[in-house]
Amino acid sequence: MELVSPFDFVKRSVLAVQEYAYLSVRSLANLFRKPLYMADTIQQADLIGVGSLPIVVLTGMFTGIVLALNTSKTLEQFGSLSLTGRLVSFSMVRELGPVLTSLMVAGRNASGMASELGSMKVTEQIDAMRALGTDPYKKLVTPRVISTVFMMFFLTIISDLVGLIGGWIISFSMLGLDSTQYWNSAYQALHYNDVITGLAKPLVFGFIIATVGCYFGMTTKGGTQGVGRSTTEAVVWASVIILAVDAVLTQLFITLS
Amino acid sequence: MPAFDNNISLSDERNIDTVHKAIIFENVSIGFEDVPVLDGVSFELRRGETKVIMGVAGSGKSTILKLCLGLLKPDSGHIYVLGHDITTMTEEELFELRNKVGIVFQESALFDSLNVRDNVAFRLMEEHLPAAEVEKRVRESLSFVELEAAIDKFPAELSGGMRRRVGIARAIITQPEVLLYDSPTGGLDPITSTTIIELIMKQRDVFKTSALMVTHRLQDGFTLATHYFDPATRHMKPSDGMPSQDIRTSFMILREGKAVFEGSAHELGQVQDPYIKEYIS
Repeated sequence: MELVSPFDFVKRSVLAVQEYAYLSVRSLANLFRKPLYMADTIQQADLIGVGSLPIVVLTGMFTGIVLALNTSKTLEQFGSLSLTGRLVSFSMVRELGPVLTSLMVAGRNASGMASELGSMKVTEQIDAMRALGTDPYKKLVTPRVISTVFMMFFLTIISDLVGLIGGWIISFSMLGLDSTQYWNSAYQALHYNDVITGLAKPLVFGFIIATVGCYFGMTTKGGTQGVGRSTTEAVVWASVIILAVDAVLTQLFITLS
Repeated sequence: MPAFDNNISLSDERNIDTVHKAIIFENVSIGFEDVPVLDGVSFELRRGETKVIMGVAGSGKSTILKLCLGLLKPDSGHIYVLGHDITTMTEEELFELRNKVGIVFQESALFDSLNVRDNVAFRLMEEHLPAAEVEKRVRESLSFVELEAAIDKFPAELSGGMRRRVGIARAIITQPEVLLYDSPTGGLDPITSTTIIELIMKQRDVFKTSALMVTHRLQDGFTLATHYFDPATRHMKPSDGMPSQDIRTSFMILREGKAVFEGSAHELGQVQDPYIKEYIS
């Protein structure tokens, strides 16, 4: 492994942050500049949104099931088993739905973006695009950012709903709770602020997934080995940033409420 | 004063002769991670001229082509392309200029998710030209490189030589004023290499396009310098030193980031410098 001096490490880190910030700002600024590449955006929305649907549904379902199983054990001790729906609903909508959906989409799509753009970078296709008079940030990055942000919103709603259904299956079949009681409890647990929090987070996480994936793709160096490295780093950094930003956003929304 | 001074275009408050010179490098230097790649390189590419750039691997040949397109920015010096000082232009401004400059990449750099038609048509589709016009021009361009039959194939289905020819078709579809070839015959067999050189010659002699050609193969440069394209037979023919054929091919040799030779094929043959003699031997 190559040894890097602390000065070089700091220099490279600052440069990476600068390049990431530049890509992020440019991907947003391109929203106001023509052309908008709507066909590419719709294609990406299909790949990211529809393509991620199975894993998001499975993740949401099992999370709801596990939540119901775990919370029921504790609630049973206090004779409050009827509150299972409330706990599943609150946890799914406010926290687990957005975060787990984002982590799954990051694993699938941040890696996909990094490897696709990385392969294009190392085979000079990005340079060819620039040479042919097309802005790769506009053609490749912005459509991915728009479609990921857009689709994350709906994927999270689906994940929340499927999670609640998972919790209901356990409550109804194993805990012997009445369906109406479960859904009433789940509905009453949610306040306006919780729904806003749960739907605002995926927009930010979607932006992180797409920009991190595209950043590592667009800065790939070193042939096929470099593509592999970029793919791994994209998933790791997207996941870490999502969790860190989630902590900040959670505190922010608590303060605002 | 030269006769063409009346036609000089003004660019960046300096008089740049865009009528006779397509590209001007003025004392250009660039390095990567503190390693100098080009060190004070200056040269001019006249309109209609093909300049063959040679040198050992890592001497900065491909870097010159990327600098011409503004894909890289020099650390110092000025580069004028068709009268524009591209060292002071923004990326947005460069996109327009790049429509007048075509490039054939070393490994073709075709978009692997697009078929040959869409690769060649890429620039036209970005300009939203009518589909019929795009199809017509794609077929013309592919016909020039004699590859019309491969229009629906994907890059992965093509041989190395075919990919290089598609790269040429993509570069010439907008009839650019300048063409840049990055090792167009690299890794190809001798017969396919000759086909590619003949295409480059055809573009030079039929359309009078200015070109920079980076190559490791000395014979490619000498073939260009000693042959012309005959439209009647659709093949190249030896010029036998006849100046009437208007063949303008010059050579530049790079060594450790510096231009150590610039001149004609004849001058290259007469040079006494031991390094160059060894290089061309």
